[in-house]
Amino acid sequence: MNVLDIKDLRVEFPGRKSVFVAAEGVNLQIEAGKILGVVGESGAGKSTVGNAVIGLLQEPGHIANGEVYLHGARIDKLPYKQMRKLRGRKIGMIFQDPLTSLDPLQTVESQLVETIRTHLPLSSKEAQNRAIELINAVGIPNAAERIKQYPHQFSGGMRQRVVIALALCAEPELVIADEPTTALDVSIQAQILELMKKLCAERNVAMLVITHDMGVIADITDHVAVMYRGKLVEYGETNQVLGEPRHAYTQSLISAVPRPDIRVERFPVVDYIEAAGTPQKQIDISTHWLGKSRDYEAVSGPLVQIRELDMHFEVKGSVIPSRRKYFQAVKSVSFDIEQGETFGVVGESGSGKSTIARLITGLYEPTGGSILFGKTELTSLKNRREVLAMRRQMQMIFQDPYSSLNARMRVRDIIAEPIKFHKLASRNSEVRQIVDDLLDHVGLGAAAGQKFPHEFSGGQRQRISIARALATRPRFLICDEPTSALDVSIQAQILNLLKDLQQELGLTMLFISHDLAVIRQMCNRIGVMKNGELCEVADCDTLFEAPQHEYTKQLLSLMPSMELLSRANLETA
Amino acid sequence: MIGFATRRLIQAMIVMLVVALLAFTMFRFVGDPINQMVGIETSIEEREALRERLGLNDPIPVQFLRFVTKAAQFDFGTSYQFRQPVSELFAKRIPATLELSFMSALFALVVGIPMGIYAGLNRDSAISKMFLSVSLIGISLPTFFIGILLIFLFSVTLQWLPSFGRGETVQIGSWWTTGFLTVSGLKALVLPSITLGLYQMTLIMRLIRAEMLEVIRTDYIKFARARGLPDRLVHFRHALKNTMVPVITITGLQLGSIIAFATITETVFQWPGMGLMFLQAVQNVDIPIMSAYLLLTAFLFVAINFIVDIMYFLIDPRLRVGRP
Repeated sequence: MNVLDIKDLRVEFPGRKSVFVAAEGVNLQIEAGKILGVVGESGAGKSTVGNAVIGLLQEPGHIANGEVYLHGARIDKLPYKQMRKLRGRKIGMIFQDPLTSLDPLQTVESQLVETIRTHLPLSSKEAQNRAIELINAVGIPNAAERIKQYPHQFSGGMRQRVVIALALCAEPELVIADEPTTALDVSIQAQILELMKKLCAERNVAMLVITHDMGVIADITDHVAVMYRGKLVEYGETNQVLGEPRHAYTQSLISAVPRPDIRVERFPVVDYIEAAGTPQKQIDISTHWLGKSRDYEAVSGPLVQIRELDMHFEVKGSVIPSRRKYFQAVKSVSFDIEQGETFGVVGESGSGKSTIARLITGLYEPTGGSILFGKTELTSLKNRREVLAMRRQMQMIFQDPYSSLNARMRVRDIIAEPIKFHKLASRNSEVRQIVDDLLDHVGLGAAAGQKFPHEFSGGQRQRISIARALATRPRFLICDEPTSALDVSIQAQILNLLKDLQQELGLTMLFISHDLAVIRQMCNRIGVMKNGELCEVADCDTLFEAPQHEYTKQLLSLMPSMELLSRANLETA
Repeated sequence: MIGFATRRLIQAMIVMLVVALLAFTMFRFVGDPINQMVGIETSIEEREALRERLGLNDPIPVQFLRFVTKAAQFDFGTSYQFRQPVSELFAKRIPATLELSFMSALFALVVGIPMGIYAGLNRDSAISKMFLSVSLIGISLPTFFIGILLIFLFSVTLQWLPSFGRGETVQIGSWWTTGFLTVSGLKALVLPSITLGLYQMTLIMRLIRAEMLEVIRTDYIKFARARGLPDRLVHFRHALKNTMVPVITITGLQLGSIIAFATITETVFQWPGMGLMFLQAVQNVDIPIMSAYLLLTAFLFVAINFIVDIMYFLIDPRLRVGRP
């Protein structure tokens, strides 16, 4: 018998003008001890399905049609109080961000005990023991002591373990995990997925895993459902769906996933997903303003030479120098970036990747070492004029396209600002023309200049960021996780755009990412960072095929297996 | 925690010293104190002798030091107007002001917090909307107008409550007088307390409502619901406690301003507190009272801020230990 049975589910969000259908005609079943994955891009309605099952749809959303059965008993029409009793007791839920899903003001113990005692008739002492058992079961050492601590005293991965323990408090029959590992590093992700798989088998729990990550799907699920714009487009055994996808959307989604094992020149972009990306009006870059009059001094040899770079931050200030405490973000890092190449820096969060980008652009001042840009030593620039001249040559593209654009400025003004600031064009009409051409070139069209950033999607905003970065005619571009906030299909488009621009303009790039697959597709040479140190620098292919450093090997081994994806991918690529 | 408390204490002392400097300069620049003290017929020699006796010829730093030392022992000199030590005058007036402030703060909290919670949890209900509109009136009407309105309604028209004074008071100990123990004293407290506390109440209500709306949207509240916790736990243990940090900040500061700036309410109701005395002191250029009032107000705010900072520690564990 199926633990969960969803029949013809339709979820509606009535709006002021029209009704938005977030999910339609969804049919899913899960057996005990099995994991069902729901995969799709943002806005596909995958989370809506999970929320509908547990009865936590955001107002005014509601189930308009269809039935949800838990062990054969219908639950979608239950009154509020009875539904509340099912939550936590029969259905557990795991959320995406472990940093925000625990109450910061309560100890882990009190959150566990209150949940256990809500559902099970236990005394507070018994509940306490059960809490310790649970914390033990999710693999947190020193359970009896750790349980007295507050959430902020746990790392991200440990907090996600606590969240899992909370979801399992009352032995639920079904666990819904909404992007359970999206906010975690690869190594932590592997551990958490392993844990979920193990608990699922041990406790005979049915699990519904909602994710956008094909790697997670391939790794842990038995069945998979692919959603696109609220509809189920494909549903079947994971092997079958990933290996021989039948639906065009599934095929395009799988082919857009960057491959860590093989390098392709361009990402396959399938029109099924979004028909944006081709420049409306081609400009000949070699004769255009963007390509000409680059009055930079010629450099022979590497464009950027970093030697023994050091950076520490003060974490505890004190009048007495010996009592100050520092955090060493970058430890004696040295590498070169050749002209015209893309140098990749890969590492987990906190490894110091972004700090290096900020040191090169001068957002931070290094505490030691040297940064040679062309023939200029960046750490010893004297006046503002020299600094500006250097800054014009390097530009940065940031991770979060939602916060890196000024929400109160029109796109046109955002892009024109660096041109005007550096006085790169003589007349306003010329600036206008350049901005229009830039917008055309990144595939947005000149008309986009009239609008404000909030009118664009994440991918389009990242195109705006790229246009802004190009507006100073830089020769060095730093991309700090430029696509990690984007869906895979959009990511493929943006990465293609960056590749094209690099070839057309002969840009040198520093590409920072935690995603090994993306790094492999984008970079010529790669540096691996851990805890502020550079472990290994190697050619892209060498690094992936014959890693030298232990940490590199470990990182590579943790990548979700892509074997299932390979067959399908080779056909479309 | 102890290190933090000491640092805050040192900061508080610096603030108090700066305020003391201001209070001290008042003496020197708002007219000649000797002129204020003596009559017209006093001779120049006598004036000089008095000046010497009071130490007004000493170097300014010495005078300041003396001022601070005396102020630290609650000796603020003698009032020009009443010819009595300022500290005695204040001691007589403080109970009235503190009792009024206490009642109005209590009114603001007891009425404001539940209203705020209700309006935050049921944002679209008719009652919440009514709370909001009423609170808008509370915020926009000036205190004296509300006071006069209340007097007109409850004292003049309905004749339920007295319109001025403290009513009968009872002496407790050597200097504390209280209105809490007699019916007329309690009756007299009602109107001024509401007048003084209305603005604070609406502020607290709106603040809690806004914070609640914010917290209710967070992931940990959603997760608490997903664990099947009853609404009572979700709302009060998880949501309310998380709204408390900003609420305590504002409430603390408002409490300070209730005590320090009760002036208008005390004037409207002829309440024999410090505010009324301060107003009279300003009219009569009674500098010792003014400077003592300044110091007292500053001390009140510094003390409340200090307590509020300590309370953060008790509420938020993230401040107690360093981040991992």
